[in-house]
Amino acid sequence: MSAVIVEHITKTFNKGKIKALDNVSFSVQEGELFGLIGPDGAGKTSLFRILTTLWLADSGKAEVKGLDVVQDYKAIRKRIGYMPGKFSLYQDLTVEENLSFFATLFNTTIRENYDLVKDIYVQLEPFKDRKAGKLSGGMKQKLALCCALIHKPDVLFLDEPTTGVDPVSRKEFWEMLRRLQSRITIIVSTPYMDEATLCDRIALMQDGRIMQLDTPEGIVRSFNDTLLSIRGNDMFGLIGAIRALPEISGCYAFGESLHVRFPADAWTETGLRSALEQFSGLVIEPITPGIEDCFMALIEPHAAH
Amino acid sequence: MQHTEQVIQAVNLTKRFGEFTAVDHINFTVHQGEVFGFLGANGAGKTTAMKMLIGISTPTEGSATVAGFDIATQSESVKQRIGYMSQKFSLYEDIPVMENIRFFGGIYGLRSKELKTKAAALLETLEMGSHAKTLVRDLPLGWKQKLAFSLAIIHEPKIVFLDEPTGGVDPITRRKFWELIYAAAARGITVFVTTHYMDEAEYCNRISIMVDGRIAAMDTPANLKTQFQSTSIDAIFTQLARGAQRSGD
Amino acid sequence: MRQYGVFIRKEFKHIFRDKRSLIILFALPIAQILIFGFALTNEIKNTHIAVIDMAHDAASQSLTDRLEASRYFELTGDIHSVADADAALLADKIKMAIVIPADFNNSLMHGHASQVQLITDATDPNTATTLQLYASAIIRDFQSDINDQFKLPYSLHTEVRMMYNPQLKGAYLFVPGVMGMILLLISAMMTSIAIVREKEINTMEIILASPLRPIVLILSKAVPYIVISMVNVTTILLIGVFILGLPVAGNIFLLIGVCLLFILTAIALGLMISNIIDSQQTAMFISLMGLMLPTLILSGFMFPIENMPVPMQVLSNIVPTKWFFIIVKDVMIKGLGFASIWREVLILAGMTAFFLFVSYRKFKIRLA
Repeated sequence: MSAVIVEHITKTFNKGKIKALDNVSFSVQEGELFGLIGPDGAGKTSLFRILTTLWLADSGKAEVKGLDVVQDYKAIRKRIGYMPGKFSLYQDLTVEENLSFFATLFNTTIRENYDLVKDIYVQLEPFKDRKAGKLSGGMKQKLALCCALIHKPDVLFLDEPTTGVDPVSRKEFWEMLRRLQSRITIIVSTPYMDEATLCDRIALMQDGRIMQLDTPEGIVRSFNDTLLSIRGNDMFGLIGAIRALPEISGCYAFGESLHVRFPADAWTETGLRSALEQFSGLVIEPITPGIEDCFMALIEPHAAH
Repeated sequence: MQHTEQVIQAVNLTKRFGEFTAVDHINFTVHQGEVFGFLGANGAGKTTAMKMLIGISTPTEGSATVAGFDIATQSESVKQRIGYMSQKFSLYEDIPVMENIRFFGGIYGLRSKELKTKAAALLETLEMGSHAKTLVRDLPLGWKQKLAFSLAIIHEPKIVFLDEPTGGVDPITRRKFWELIYAAAARGITVFVTTHYMDEAEYCNRISIMVDGRIAAMDTPANLKTQFQSTSIDAIFTQLARGAQRSGD
Repeated sequence: MRQYGVFIRKEFKHIFRDKRSLIILFALPIAQILIFGFALTNEIKNTHIAVIDMAHDAASQSLTDRLEASRYFELTGDIHSVADADAALLADKIKMAIVIPADFNNSLMHGHASQVQLITDATDPNTATTLQLYASAIIRDFQSDINDQFKLPYSLHTEVRMMYNPQLKGAYLFVPGVMGMILLLISAMMTSIAIVREKEINTMEIILASPLRPIVLILSKAVPYIVISMVNVTTILLIGVFILGLPVAGNIFLLIGVCLLFILTAIALGLMISNIIDSQQTAMFISLMGLMLPTLILSGFMFPIENMPVPMQVLSNIVPTKWFFIIVKDVMIKGLGFASIWREVLILAGMTAFFLFVSYRKFKIRLA
C-alpha cells in the first residue's frame, strides 16, 4: 500500500507567472524513507505544504494514507508529523517545555510515546532545562525531530532538516532517521546530494519538476555517459582547457579532482592525456558517478562548454 | 604559493560572553591572494571569530589586523578595505539589479563615472545585461549569489569574507560560484570563506578547523590528509568535531 | 480541557520570560495613569499673571488682593506697564495680564462703571479661556461684594455648582479615558502580537498541520491577557481612588463588570487584527496607529466630541473607547446604575460579537 500518492500536482504563484510545482506525480510506499533532492526553489517546500494540507494545489490530486489532502485535511492532520524548513520551536521555552507543548498539541503526553523518541531524547535530556534558543543547530534539529515524532505519526514530513547544520550533526541526524525508518514512513527533503544515498528511493527535483525517480543505485546505473576523475597541478587552468575540448558534456571540480563527463566512447583515457599534455602531474582515473554527478548530468544534459 | 603580504593576522584572538569563551586564543595568518577555508561545527566559534575580523565585534582579549589595520581600534579603516557576503543578507530583493549595483557601489565610495563603467562591465561578465531592470527577487538563486559576490568585491577590496555563500544552490551553480572565487583570488583578492560542504574545503589553499573555540587543525588540504592519515577532509572534520566537548552549544 | 491548561500556561511563560512584555503590561499602565493624573491635567493652578495697577487706590488694592489670594494665580510683581506685560507674555513669563485703569475707585463709586482689561496669551486657547473665566469670576465676586454694600434694588446673581466634580479635577476625566486607552492597547495589541508571533516564528505552520481546534489556540491566547488586564483595572482604580482622590460613586461590581466587557471587546478586536496580519511589526503599527490615535482623539476624553465637525462625530461612534468612557464616567463619577448605561453596554457587546464573528470567518485553516 502507498502511504503517499501524488498525481499531477501543479502549483503556481503570481497569477501563474512562477511555477512552483509543474505536474508532479509520484508515490511513496509504506515504511519507506523517501528523499526529495534538489536545490532551493526546486519545489520541495511547496510539495510538503500541499501534502501537509497547508496549501491547496492549483490542479492535481494527492493522498496521504488514503486520505485526500483537500477534503480529509482534518483526518490527515491527526496522522502526520511535520518539521518545516525554517526553525519552528519556541526559543523562550525549555527543551522539555517545547516537547510537552507539542505532545499536548496532538492530545498526547511525552510519557505515552516515549519509546519512539527515546533514542533521540536521551541526547537532549542533559539540556532539558535549557531554552531552545540557546541550543546549537544540531541540537535544535534533534529537538524539532522529537517534537514532530512525539504523537507517533504514520507519516513524517521533514523539510530540509539538515540545512545549515554541520557535517557531523548531519550524519547523526541521518543515523536517527535510519533507525526510525522501520516503524514509520518518512519523506525528507535536502539540498545536500551526498545525503541522497541514505534514502530508499529519491526524486531529483529542479524547477518544480521531478527529473528522475528511482533508488539511488538505480539512478547511478542509468548514468550513460563516461565519467573520469582528472587531477593536475594547475586545477584552475585544467578546468578551462578541458571545457575547451570537443564533446565534453561537463567538467566541474569535485573536491581535489575534476569530474569530466562525456558521451560514452567520445574520448579514451590516452586521447585525453595527449590533449592535455601541457599540464604536469596529470592523474586520470575512471570513476563511478555519485548522485551529485547524476544530478548535474540531468540539469545540464547538452552543455558542451 | 608565494607568501607575500599578510592580509589577516590574528594573535591570541579571544571572545568571551560571560563565563562562556566562544573564541579561545586563536592564532593564524592569511596571505594575499589566498583562498582560506574556515571550517567548524555549529557553535565552534566560527561566526564569532568572523564578526571580530570584519570589525563588528570587539575582542575580549588578543588582537588581529585585517588589511594592515587593527580590528579593535581601526575598525572603520578595516571596513573600507573588506567585502562581505553572507547567505542571509546580501542584496535588496525588492529593487532592480542596476539599483542594487548603484547602491552598493555608492556605499563603497565609488564615484559615479567609475560606477557606470564598473556596472556595465559587471552586467557583461555576469551575462545579465538584459536583466538590469529585473527585480532581484525575480532572479534565480544562483544569479543572486553571483551578483551578491560581484558586489561584495566591486570596490576591489583586499579581502572578501564569505559566510556560507553556497548554501542551498544546485551543484552546478555551486561550482560556478567557486570559479568566481578563484578568478577573484587570481586578481589578488584574498578570500576567507566558511562552508558546510566538505568538498568545497578541498578547493581552498589552506583550511582551518575550529573545535570548541580553538583551531584544532590548520594546513593545506593535502598536508592535513597526510597528517591525519585520512583520504578526505570530511573524515578529518568528523574525527575532530566528534571529539568536541561543547556538544550542547 | 488539559490542552487549555497547558496552552494557557505556555502563554503565561511567554509573557513572564520577556522583559519587554512585562514592562508594557504592568509598568506602562501605572506610568501612564500617573503621568496623565498629575502632569497632564488641564487644571489651572498657580499660573503666573501680572496685575498692572494704574489706579493705586483702595478698590484696585482690594481686587489685587483677591486675585492674589486665589489658588489659581500667582502674581508677578515687577510688571508695571502694558509694554512690560507684552514683553512678559512674549517671554512666556506670564499667561495673563490684568489692567486696572487709573481712577478705578472713583469711577466705580461715582461713575458706577469701570473697565478692567484682561490680556491673555491665546496661543493655547483652552488655557486662555479658562484663565479668563477664572479671572472674570473673581472680578464678578468683587463686584457683587461692592454692590452688596450699596444694596441695589434689583440684581441678578448667578450661582454656579460644579456637579460630580466640584473641585474641577482633571483626574475625573483622565482616569476613565486613560483606563480605556490602556485596556484597549494592552488587550488588542498584545493579543494580536501574541498570535502573529506564532506565524512569524513559523510555529503556526506546525500548529495548523496538527489536529488542534483553532478555538483552543485563540482562547488560550486570550485568557492570559484577560487576567492581566483585570489586574491593570484593579491597579488603575486603586491609584485613581487612593492617589488621585477619585470617588467610586456607583456600584463597584457594575464598574468591574463593564471593564471586563470592554476587555473582551478589545481582545476580540486584537483577534480580528491578528487574523488579517502576518508580521508582528505590522500588528504593532496597526494597533498603535489604528487604535491609540482614534482613542485619543475620538473617544471624548481629550477633546469634547460635541465640538467636532459632524463627520468626526459620526466616526467617533465606531471607537469602542468612546462608549467605555461614557459608561465609566456615568458609573464611577456620577454614580449611575445599569438602567442608564444599558445602551452603551449593548453597543460594546455588539461590537465584541462582530469582531469575534469576523475573526471566526477569517480564521485560516491553511497557510496564506
